[in-house]
Amino acid sequence: MSSGLIGKKIGMTNVFDDNGKNYAVTVIEVDPNVITEIKTNEENGYEAVQLSAFDKKEKSTSKPLKGHFEKAGTTPKKYIKEFRDFIPEDAELGDELNIDDVFSIGDNVDVVGVSKGKGFTGVVKRHNFSGVGEATHGQHDRQRHPGSIGQASDPARVFPGIKMAGRSGNERNKIKNLTIAKIFSESNLMMVTGSIPGPNGRFVEIYNR
Amino acid sequence: MDKLKLAEQTLINDEYPEFKTGDTVVVHYRVREGDKERIQKFEGLVISRRGTGANQTFMVRKISAGNIGVERIFPLHSPFVAKIELKRQGDIKRSKLYYLRERQGKSARVKEKDQNQDNVRELNRKAEEKAAAKQKADEEE
Repeated sequence: MSSGLIGKKIGMTNVFDDNGKNYAVTVIEVDPNVITEIKTNEENGYEAVQLSAFDKKEKSTSKPLKGHFEKAGTTPKKYIKEFRDFIPEDAELGDELNIDDVFSIGDNVDVVGVSKGKGFTGVVKRHNFSGVGEATHGQHDRQRHPGSIGQASDPARVFPGIKMAGRSGNERNKIKNLTIAKIFSESNLMMVTGSIPGPNGRFVEIYNR
Repeated sequence: MDKLKLAEQTLINDEYPEFKTGDTVVVHYRVREGDKERIQKFEGLVISRRGTGANQTFMVRKISAGNIGVERIFPLHSPFVAKIELKRQGDIKRSKLYYLRERQGKSARVKEKDQNQDNVRELNRKAEEKAAAKQKADEEE
């Protein structure tokens, strides 16, 4: 894996480049990420750094977690994530990482987040089926149906894993190869081209490719 | 939402006079031909404005030679829109003037709001000041 940071989706807008081309971009807020744990080859068998970001109320933090954050000398944070094989230079507990430390404009990144929950949806929306049959010629009540789900009396059952209707969305997705369009160091904001999973305000992980 | 606006502010150039639908404007548009660049003017009536923040466009309608209506949609914050000049302010009762497409001659006119043009001059002056200030800042950089 690679270096990365924790961020929060703010919303979408668009930017023009020098050639007058317009791109859709997503604004991500990257609160200073605090190093709360460092894993080493000697102790843990692999190298990693644990980052935490976005303040949380003290009273809604459990005692064990409070102790964990106290060790790093920081306030309780909402989102904790381990980044494997990512060792910043001279990393020490309690160090803060900002956007500029990890990313620069023009870099390609992957963004991981939990997508919006869609509830119980049919196969057309969930699996991009195209529905069955026509709207006319005597057909009715099956424009958005799945069609056949198997054979006849030979298997006499439906095989596992057949795509059907059900709960959709609310799952971890990775959007690959987005480009960093702009970075605003003072306000801890950055822009990546294209869309990323989840509603505004949801936490996302940004990885260097 | 505030953070979104904060980020958007940096993308927005506000060196244009405030204008609404019904106003007559001259849009100075940069045209690139090979590696040469020149400025093309497009004068007409603003018949619609849409969008918010960095994502705004406006539609300009002019009656071209031969009595043919020509409409162009400009992105407000495009780097190709070099300058917008306000010519006159219109007194109108709706935000989209699409009804003008079916009209010709006298009935396709829009009443003028500001006969003395004091407002127009003031708005243009303010815009030019902003543009000059920005140019100065750019040069200093």
